[in-house]
Amino acid sequence: MAGRENAAAVATSAPCASGRWQGDSLSDMRRRMVDRVATGLCWLATILVLLMLFSILFVLVRNGLGGLRWVTFVHVTLPPGQGGGLANAIVGSLIQTGLAVLIGAPVGLLVGIYLAEFTATDGRFINLVRFISDLLLSAPSILVGLFIYMIVVVPTGHFSGMAGALALSMLVVPVVVRTTEDMLRLVPLSMREAAIALGAPRWRVILFVCLRAARDGVATGILLALARVSGETAPLLFTSLGNMNWSVSPAAPMASLPVTIYQYAGAAYEDWTALAWTGALLITAGILMINITVRLGLGRNRK
Amino acid sequence: MDRSATSPSALTGVVRGNGDAVFAAIVRCAAALILLGLGGMVAVMAWGARGAFATFGPAFIVDKAWNPVTQHFGAAAPVFGTLVTALLAIALAVPLAFGIAVWLTEIASARIAGVIGTLIQLLAAVPSIIFGMWGFAVLVPFMAHYVEPFASHTLGRVPGIGPLFRGAPYGTGFLTGGMILAVMITPFISAVMRDVFLSMPAVLKESAYGLGMTRWEVVRRIILPWSRTSVVGGIMLGLGRALGETMAITFVIGNANHIGWSLFSPGNTIASLIALEFPESAMGSLKFSSLMAAGFLLMLISLGTLVCSRLLLRTRAAGR
Repeated sequence: MAGRENAAAVATSAPCASGRWQGDSLSDMRRRMVDRVATGLCWLATILVLLMLFSILFVLVRNGLGGLRWVTFVHVTLPPGQGGGLANAIVGSLIQTGLAVLIGAPVGLLVGIYLAEFTATDGRFINLVRFISDLLLSAPSILVGLFIYMIVVVPTGHFSGMAGALALSMLVVPVVVRTTEDMLRLVPLSMREAAIALGAPRWRVILFVCLRAARDGVATGILLALARVSGETAPLLFTSLGNMNWSVSPAAPMASLPVTIYQYAGAAYEDWTALAWTGALLITAGILMINITVRLGLGRNRK
Repeated sequence: MDRSATSPSALTGVVRGNGDAVFAAIVRCAAALILLGLGGMVAVMAWGARGAFATFGPAFIVDKAWNPVTQHFGAAAPVFGTLVTALLAIALAVPLAFGIAVWLTEIASARIAGVIGTLIQLLAAVPSIIFGMWGFAVLVPFMAHYVEPFASHTLGRVPGIGPLFRGAPYGTGFLTGGMILAVMITPFISAVMRDVFLSMPAVLKESAYGLGMTRWEVVRRIILPWSRTSVVGGIMLGLGRALGETMAITFVIGNANHIGWSLFSPGNTIASLIALEFPESAMGSLKFSSLMAAGFLLMLISLGTLVCSRLLLRTRAAGR
């Protein structure tokens, strides 16, 4: 209402010709100034945040590029001064994020299917599940680590790569739920109707028609979830703990890139901080690459 | 296409009923897992925190002490730090995010907006530990050498707000923490804002422009009133993220259990307190339980914020 009155006031005070308002009264000049200043501030905000991004990337490359040597990829972490690498951390991160996606993605898929396809029968419960899933999406990740510590690490008596993977999988699920539901809702009703008319049972319609039609989008969601958890540090601190030695057993404490970066970045040894930056560069490059690929892919599909 | 869907068999009739029932049961179980996940988190935190709440009572929340020697713990300092850094982050991030959203939707051409929008979303994908390292390597020295000495010599002398800007220029502290968080949550808030601005019916904007409004007037008087609920929801979403952020804050907050007026003084947040002290606390000790209690408080604060955010965002979605 207020907006409309204002628009009317503006219309009477600023007659408009040739697409540009050309009032010369004092109030018109003031309005123009305000508009210019606001536009300038919008430019400033965008440039400022872009500068932050480039500053981060620049610092990562400047400090991390020197450590991108063969040794970094084939040697395990060693005490300072002995020329260690990050091999165990890289492999540990791959194993834990891989396991996390293997555990989390199927659950996320099923829940996403439930939210998209069962609205007719379970409407209220579905709203609750969607709400809780959205909460989990932004829940503090360190608390997820504490939770897994209490229910996995304490009963089993030791830290383990599996516990780390479980903590990460709790972060994978809500991301996959969200994208799966969104993508399934984009599948046209006529496709479902056609499949049902052919006599297919509902679960086949969902799995082999709807999910297949939505498969690119669903895969995107899983990739984004992978990208998100591969940089997570907080949930791993109390679950997989980190490991200075080579270990690929999910039953034992396992090194990971983020935790190693965290331990090394705060250290007083120059070669450790250098490795921390290299690790940071590796992980950021990986994550950004997944994100860019996914976004480019999505853009193409939309066109 | 789908073989099984087109080939009728004698079995389909039998399998159909069972298959659907089994499938429905499986997806319902998966959905129940979600509820169990969040419910379990709250319950486990509360259970782990029972020792601290039994010993210190409700005073735990307002007690400033955190002293492992005397076994006296209180959450006031980290709660204070959590709220202060998150609110500072919001204060800094909202104008930035709003400016970006307006720039992307109203100022830039569609193609450039697509590229820049993607770049800004990439910032949201950068892991928080990287922000922490960047903050420690770039922002902390910058604050210590330039911003804080300058601010304490100028703003620090202004009566009223002066105490906020006084203090030794360590570089680490509440303000630096808030700034790092602001950079992290800006992409989230601006993404929500941009989506709402884009979902607005073009007719409303066009008629306002047609009446001779300037761009800023359209933003201020047409777009903002129309999208207010969702904008607030997006801000709350950012707040929820800022409250629970751990790794970025741990690098730059200074880690001192301290409450004070100065924005330059080192402090602590619940999340970074847990990250730093949990590995040093024995299972079952009072410190362990106090950390769990602090975690429980963080859970309540951030869930409360996120619930508000979701309710606000959902109202809009339902009304659309």
